[in-house]
Amino acid sequence: MSGEYDVAVVGGGLLGSAIAWGLGRLGKKVAVLDEGDITKRASRANFALVWVQSKGLGMPAYTVWTVQASHAWGRLASELKQQTGLDVSLQQNGGFHLTLGDDEFGQRTELVKRMHNQTGAADYKMEMLSASDVKKSLPLIGPEVSGGSYCPLDGHVNSLRTFRAFHTGFKAFGIDYFPEQPVSAISKSGGEFRLTSPKGELRAAKIVLAAGNANQTLAPMVGLSAPMGPTRGQIVVTERTMPFLPHPLTTIRQTDEGTVMIGDSKEDELDDRTLKHSISAVMTDRAQRMFPHLARLNVVRSWAGIRVMPRDGFPIYDQSETHPGAFVACCHSGVTLASNHAFEIARMVAQGALEPELVGAFSASRFGTAGAANTSGY
Amino acid sequence: MFKRSEQDKRPPVQIFVDGVAVAAREGDTVSAALLASSCDARRSTAVSGAPRLPYCMMGVCFDCLVTIDGVGNRQGCLVPVAEGMQIEIQKGKREIGK
Repeated sequence: MSGEYDVAVVGGGLLGSAIAWGLGRLGKKVAVLDEGDITKRASRANFALVWVQSKGLGMPAYTVWTVQASHAWGRLASELKQQTGLDVSLQQNGGFHLTLGDDEFGQRTELVKRMHNQTGAADYKMEMLSASDVKKSLPLIGPEVSGGSYCPLDGHVNSLRTFRAFHTGFKAFGIDYFPEQPVSAISKSGGEFRLTSPKGELRAAKIVLAAGNANQTLAPMVGLSAPMGPTRGQIVVTERTMPFLPHPLTTIRQTDEGTVMIGDSKEDELDDRTLKHSISAVMTDRAQRMFPHLARLNVVRSWAGIRVMPRDGFPIYDQSETHPGAFVACCHSGVTLASNHAFEIARMVAQGALEPELVGAFSASRFGTAGAANTSGY
Repeated sequence: MFKRSEQDKRPPVQIFVDGVAVAAREGDTVSAALLASSCDARRSTAVSGAPRLPYCMMGVCFDCLVTIDGVGNRQGCLVPVAEGMQIEIQKGKREIGK
C-alpha cells in the first residue's frame, strides 16, 4: 500500500463513507482505511431513521444542522440513484412518536414546549396530536395510545442500501477502499500525514478521522479530542407483511420491503454479541400495545449494536490547530446527517477549513468548558 | 401436478383451497396435499412477486408459505391437514391482520 492521496479517511462506516464519497464527488483523490467485517459497526445495526423531532435540546445549532440534513437528503438519494442505480427508498412524509397513557403524553408535551421555546416554532414543526388525530394517519393504533408528537420533516431510508450505494460510488469516483487496515499511528512530516496500519503506511495531504467511537483514541494523535460515551441498543425485526404503517415512528418502522423494525433500547453495556431478551420483551410489548396487530407477526431477527455517541450526544466536527489538515468527525446520527457529511463536511475538508458559522458549535472545545451542554442530543 | 399411488389407502380428509373443496389424505402435510391436488398452488414471493412452489418439504426453504385457517406465512410442509381446514394461496407479503 503506497501512493499519495489528497485525503485519507479513517473509517469506512456510514459517516466516513459519506465524507469520502463527497470528496470523490469533488474530484479529490481519496483513500478509505477501514476495519474488517466483524468490527463493531453501527452502520449495519442502526434503525435507519432520517429524524428531526426532539433533536437539539440544549444545542440549537444541532437542530438547525439536522433540519438542513433533512432537506438535503432528497438530493443525496437522487445523486446516489443516478450514479449507482440503487434506490435507497427515502421516504420523508413525516414521523410520529407515540405515547402510551397520560403520563407519557404529558412528558412529551413538555418536551415539545421546551423545544419550541428554544428554537422557535417557525422552523421547527413538531406538534402534539391527540389519539384521535393520530388515528387519522395511523388507523391501526391500539386503545392504549394516548397521542403523540408529529414532525413533517421526519422520515426514513434503507440505510443498508445507502451504505452499499456509497461503497458502489467509491468505484465510480476512483476512491481506494482498504479493508482490514485499522490505523494504529498517525504522524505528520514534510507537510503530509503518514498513517500506519498492519499492511504498511499510507500518505495523504489531509486526513479525516471518522472511526466512530475509536476517534477517542485516534484524535489525540493529531492534537484533537473526541470524548465518546457509547451506548448499546437492541432491535427486533419481524417477517415481511403488507404495508400497514404509512409513517415511521421513533421506535417502529416498516421497511420498503415489508419487514417491521422495532427499536431501540439504550443500555450502558458495550458487548454487542449477546441479546437481553428481557429488554426485547419490553420493546415488543410496547410495540404491540401501539399496534395490536403486530402481536400476530413472527420475529425473524434481532440484534444488538453499539451506538457511536459523543459524550454529550451532539456531533463533533473539528480541525486540528497543531496538525493543520487533520479533521475529526463523529456523531450518533450517521444516517440522518449523511447528506450534510456528503455535501457540506466534504466541501469544507476539500477547502481546508471548517466554517464556524455552519459547524462552529460542534467543536470539541465545548467539552473543556464548565457548564457544557449536558442534555441528550438524540 | 403429482399423481397419488394407487396403493395409498389412507382415509380421505376434506380441506378447502381458496374456498374450493379438495380431497387430501390423512397424514398429508398441507404442501403435499396442494401438490397432489389439481390446484394452481403457486404462491408469489414477498418482495419481487416471483412464483414459488413447495421445494424442500422439510421446513428449511420457506418456499411453501401459505395462509392456513386465517394465519399467514405458515410453512405448509410442516402442518398436517385436518378436516375442514381453510387454505389460501398467499400472494405476496402476509397481511398484518392475518
